Amino acid sequence: MITNSKPYILTIAILIFLFSIYNYVIYNTEGYVAVGKLSPVAVKGQQIFQSNQCWSCHQLYGLGGYLGPDLTNVYSEDGKGPLYIKAFLNSGVKSMPQFHFSEEEKNALVEYLKQVDETGIYPNYDAKIEATGWVEIIYRNER
Amino acid sequence: MLKLKRRVGLKLYTEMKDKAPIYFLLFALVALFLGMFFGMTASFQYLMPEFLKEQIPFSKLRPFHVTSVISWIVLSATGSIYFFITYVEKFKLFSRWLVKLHFIIFLLTGVAIYISFIFGYNEGREYFAFHPILMIPILVGWILFGINYFKILYKNVKGWPVYYWMWGTGIVFMCYHLMEAHFWLFDFFRLNFIKDFAVQWKSTGSFTGSWNMLVYGMSIYLMSKIKENTDVATNKMAFFFYFLGLTNLMFGWAHHTYLLPTQPWIRYVAYGISMTEWIVLASIIYNWKSSVLKIEKENNPMAYRFLLATDFWIFINIILALLFSIPAINFFTHGTHITVAHSMGTTIGINTTILFSALFYIVHQLYPDFITDKKWVKRGFYSLNISLFIFFVSLIIAGAKRSYWMYVSKTGSFSEMQDSIIPYYISFFVFGIAIFVSLLIVAVPIFRAFLKNIKS
Repeated sequence: MITNSKPYILTIAILIFLFSIYNYVIYNTEGYVAVGKLSPVAVKGQQIFQSNQCWSCHQLYGLGGYLGPDLTNVYSEDGKGPLYIKAFLNSGVKSMPQFHFSEEEKNALVEYLKQVDETGIYPNYDAKIEATGWVEIIYRNER
Repeated sequence: MLKLKRRVGLKLYTEMKDKAPIYFLLFALVALFLGMFFGMTASFQYLMPEFLKEQIPFSKLRPFHVTSVISWIVLSATGSIYFFITYVEKFKLFSRWLVKLHFIIFLLTGVAIYISFIFGYNEGREYFAFHPILMIPILVGWILFGINYFKILYKNVKGWPVYYWMWGTGIVFMCYHLMEAHFWLFDFFRLNFIKDFAVQWKSTGSFTGSWNMLVYGMSIYLMSKIKENTDVATNKMAFFFYFLGLTNLMFGWAHHTYLLPTQPWIRYVAYGISMTEWIVLASIIYNWKSSVLKIEKENNPMAYRFLLATDFWIFINIILALLFSIPAINFFTHGTHITVAHSMGTTIGINTTILFSALFYIVHQLYPDFITDKKWVKRGFYSLNISLFIFFVSLIIAGAKRSYWMYVSKTGSFSEMQDSIIPYYISFFVFGIAIFVSLLIVAVPIFRAFLKNIKS
C-alpha cells in the first residue's frame, strides 16, 4: 500500500523547525543558578576527571556511575572538603585505585569539584512535592 | 514447498555478491560477545572491589563494556537495514563502494577505540569515552550510510511505509546528536557547567532515541514481513506513533536532568512531553498484544518468539519510564540502580530481542531450511528472559535500597549502604552471567551461519 507522503513531510518540517528554535534557546539559556564560568584551573580539573573516567564510578547531580558516591557537594559537605578529596586520590579505597597525580593535578581536580559544588545541591532535601507530580526545589540562590 | 523454499534461498544466495551486510552483522555479534564479557568482568568488582583494581579498575572496564554494547546495537541495526533494503526488497545499492567504505571505516574506528582505551587516550565523556577525534570517522560512516540509504529509497520507493521514515530519521538524528555530544569541546558550552551538563545529557538521551528509531523501525518491518501484511507499516496509527516517538526524541530528554538547576521551563516541557507516552502504553494494552499474537510463526519461529519477548519488555519498561518521568517519583529514583534497571531492560529486553528477531529472520532468508528453533536455542531464549527478569528485579531492589538510604534513613556511609545491597549485587552478577551464557547459546548458531555465508 502506497502512503501519501505530503502530510508526513509537512509534519516533519514543522517538528524540525520547532526543534531548531528549541535547540537555539537551550544552547543560549544559562542555568537557573547564576555562577561564574569555569576557571582555567577548573577546566584542567575537568579534563583530569574525564581522562581518568572518574564518571565511570562517580556521579554529579546523580548522573554517572554507581560504584562510588556522588561528588556534587563533596567539596562543601560536613567532614569532607579539599583534604578529604586529596586523601582519597592519594590512597585509593576499595575499588578506587591509587591515582598518582601531581599536586598541581590534585589542586585542579579540587578546583573543578569546588566550582561544581557552587552550582547547586544534590540530593536536595529542600523540595516540595506537589499534587501535580511536580517537585518544587529550593535552589541555593533562593534561600 | 520445501524445495521451492530451497530454490528461492539458493537464488538469493547466488545473488549475494556483496556481503557487506553480513560483515556488519558478524562485526556486531563480536561486539556483543566482547561487551557481555567486559560487563561481566566489571560487575564482579561490585562484589570484590579490590579485584584487579590496579591493573583493570572498573573505571577502565566500563568504557569497554558500554562502547561494545552500543556498537552491537548500531552495527546490527545497520547491517540488518542494509540487508533488508538490498536482499529482501531487492533495491540496487546506490554505491557498493560506499557500503564497503562504511564498513572499513567502522571496523578501523572500532579497533582504534579499543587501542585508545588500552593506552589511556580516553578524554571523552560517558558513552563516548574515546578520544574525541575518533568521532570524525564515526560521523563519516553515518553520512555514507545516509547517502546510500536516501539515494536508494528516493529512487525506488514512492509513499514510504513508516519504517523507512524511522530509519531515515534515525540516521539523520544520529549524526546530529553525535555532534551535539561533543559540543563540550567548545568553550561556549564547556565553561558554563550547568548548560554543558544539560546539553551532554540531552545529546545522550536523544542519541538513544536515534538508535531506537532504527531498531523500532526494524520491529515494524519484521512484523509486516512475517505477517505478510503491509498495513501495520502504512496505517495512520503507525505514523501517529512515529511522530509521537520523534517528538519525544526531540523534546523529551530533560527527565534525565530534572534535578540539575536548569531553567524550570526546560523541565516543564520534558514533563509534558514524557507524559504523552501514556498513549503508547494504552495502545500497547489495547492493540499491540493481539496483533503480535496473530503473527504467522511457522517460517520464522524464533523471530516470532523474540518479538513476543520484545512486547513483554516494552510493557514493563514503558511503565517504569513513565513512572520515573513524573518528577515526584524521579526525585527518589534518580541516581539509583532503578535507572540502570531501565537502561538494561531496554537495551537487552527491547533492543536486543528485536535485533535477534531480525538476525533469525535474516538467517531464514539466507538458508530457508536452517532450523532456527533448535532445542538449545529455545532453551537459551527462555533462560535469557528469565535471567533478565531476575537481573532487572535485583537492580530495582538495589535502587530502592539506595533511595531509602539517600532520602529516608540518611544514616551510614556510602560504603555501608553498598555493603547492605551486596545480596542484590550477587544476584545481578550471577544472572548477568546467565544472560551472557543464554545469549551465547542463541547467538552462536547465527554467527556460524553468517560465517559460512562469508566463506562460501
